[in-house]
Amino acid sequence: MDQQSTKSEASGGFRDLIKIRLHNVLSEIGQAFTLFFQTLIQIFRPPFQFDLLIKQLLLIGFNSLAVVIVSGFFTGMVLGVQGYIQLKPYAVEGSVARFVCVSVVKELGPMITAFVLAGRIGASITAELSTMKVTEQIDALEVMGTNPVKYLVVPRFLACSMMLPTLTIYSTFAGIAGGFIAVVALFDVNGYFFLLEVQKNLFVGSVLISLIKATSFGMAIAAVGCYKGFTISTAGGAEGVGTATTGSAVISLVAILVLDFVLNHILFNVLGLV
Amino acid sequence: MISIKNVTKNFGGKNVLNGLSLEISRGETLVVMGQSGCGKSVLLKIITGLISADSGEIWFDGTEISKLKTKKMNILRRKIGMLFQSAALFDSMTVAENIAFMLDQHTDLSKQEMRKVVDEKLSLVDLEGVQDLRPAELSGGMRKRVGLARALAFEPEVIFYDEPTTGLDPVTCTEINQLIRDLHERLRVTSVVVTHDMHSAFSVATRMAMIHEGEKIADGRPDEIINIDNPILQQFILFGAPDQILNMENPILKTYLGR
Repeated sequence: MDQQSTKSEASGGFRDLIKIRLHNVLSEIGQAFTLFFQTLIQIFRPPFQFDLLIKQLLLIGFNSLAVVIVSGFFTGMVLGVQGYIQLKPYAVEGSVARFVCVSVVKELGPMITAFVLAGRIGASITAELSTMKVTEQIDALEVMGTNPVKYLVVPRFLACSMMLPTLTIYSTFAGIAGGFIAVVALFDVNGYFFLLEVQKNLFVGSVLISLIKATSFGMAIAAVGCYKGFTISTAGGAEGVGTATTGSAVISLVAILVLDFVLNHILFNVLGLV
Repeated sequence: MISIKNVTKNFGGKNVLNGLSLEISRGETLVVMGQSGCGKSVLLKIITGLISADSGEIWFDGTEISKLKTKKMNILRRKIGMLFQSAALFDSMTVAENIAFMLDQHTDLSKQEMRKVVDEKLSLVDLEGVQDLRPAELSGGMRKRVGLARALAFEPEVIFYDEPTTGLDPVTCTEINQLIRDLHERLRVTSVVVTHDMHSAFSVATRMAMIHEGEKIADGRPDEIINIDNPILQQFILFGAPDQILNMENPILKTYLGR
C-alpha cells in the first residue's frame, strides 16, 4: 500500500514537473514572439535612427568579415579534398567543382556564416543587453521616455538581417576559392575546367536560396540574442549574464539548423527552386 | 502632485505592496523608508511605469498613469528624473552623451546647445571636466552625481532617488545628501527619496513615510515622525538615526531606548 502511494506520488510529481516545464517553454516562446512582433512594428515607426543602424552594421558586418572569409575558405578546401577523394573511386572526380559550388552556395555558405555570427554576434548581443538589464540601464532608457525595443533591438535586428546575406556572399566566394585552390594544388585538377564547371552550376535561383536563408538566419540570431538579453532576471547578476550568453549561442545554433531544414523544404519542395 | 491609492503588487505569491496609499505634494522632499525588500523600490518602479500594479491607482498631475498607453506614458516621463541605485549610466557613452541623452532623443537642440546644458547640469552637481570620460573611469560618488545631472537634464518636475547613498563612503554620502538638499532649495523640484539610510533620511526630508510589509505605517514631518509610537519605526530610528535626533528629549524614543 505504502509502495503504491509512493509510486503514485512520484508519478504525480513527475506530471507536475512536466506541466511546469511545458508551461515555462510555451511562456518563453510566447514572450519571444511578442518581442519579435514588437520589433517588426517598431522598424516602421519613426523616428528612424540611422546612426544607430550604421554603428551596428559596422560592428556586425565589418568586424566579422575576416573570420567569415577564413571560415568559408577552409570549409571550401575541406569540401574540395573530401569531394575529390570520395568521387575518384567512381571516376567522376571531374564533378568535384559542381560538388563544391552547389554545397557552398546552397548550404555551407549561409550556414557557416550564420554559425560564425551566432557565436560572435548573437552571444555578444545577449551579453551586452543582459548587462544593461542587470545594471538598470534598460530601465533608465524607459524612464527617459525611450522605447528600449526601438533603441536597442531594432538596429541590431536590421543590421544582422542585412549583414548576414552580405557576409554570406564573401564566405561563398571564399569557399569556392578554397575548393579551387585545394583540388588544383593537391590533385592535379585542371583549374580552367574547375571554373567552367562552377560557372555552369551557379544559377540565379541558387544564389537567391542562399540569400533568403542567410537573411532568415540573421533575423533568428538577432531575435534570439535580443530576447535572451532582455529576459534575464535582474537578480541573476554576473552568473545570469553568463548563462544567458551561453543559452543564446546554443539556441541560435539549434534555430539555424531547424530553420535550414524548414527553408530547404519550403524552397526546394514547395516552391521548386533549383 | 502624485497620488497613490490602494496599490497592490504581488511577486510569486508574496504581497510586496499591500494596499499602499501615499500623497506626494509639489515642492516637498518625501523620504520613503523601510527595510530591504519592503517594496520601496517597487513603488518607484510602479510610479515611473516600469512595472504595473496589480490593483490600485497612481495619479500624476490629474492623470491616472496605469491606464496610459506607452506613447502618452513616455511623454509624461519627460516630467520625471530618476537617479538609480547603481546610477545606471550607459557604459558605451561618455558622461556628456549620458547627460544629453534625453535632449538628443526628444529635442532638436544642436550639439553646441546640448553641450551647454551638459556643462550647466554638471556644475549644478559640482562636477566639472569629466564630460569626455566614460562611466567606468568614475568613482561611485561621481557616478551618482553624473546620474543626477542626467536626471536634471530635461528640467523634471519631480526627481526620484532610489537609495542614493547606498554603497558610498560616509563623506560621499554626506556630500550627496547636501546635494539633494541644495537642489531642492535651488530648483524647488519635488523629490521622492527611497532609502533605508536614516542619516540620509533625516538629512534631506521635509516629510517622511515608513513602509512595512507593503503598507504605510507612519507618515509625517521629521519632527512628527520621531514622536510616533510604533515599535518598527522607533527601532529604525534607534538603530539608524543621527546622534542629534537620538539626543533629543523624546519620551517615546527614551522608552524604546530603555527596552
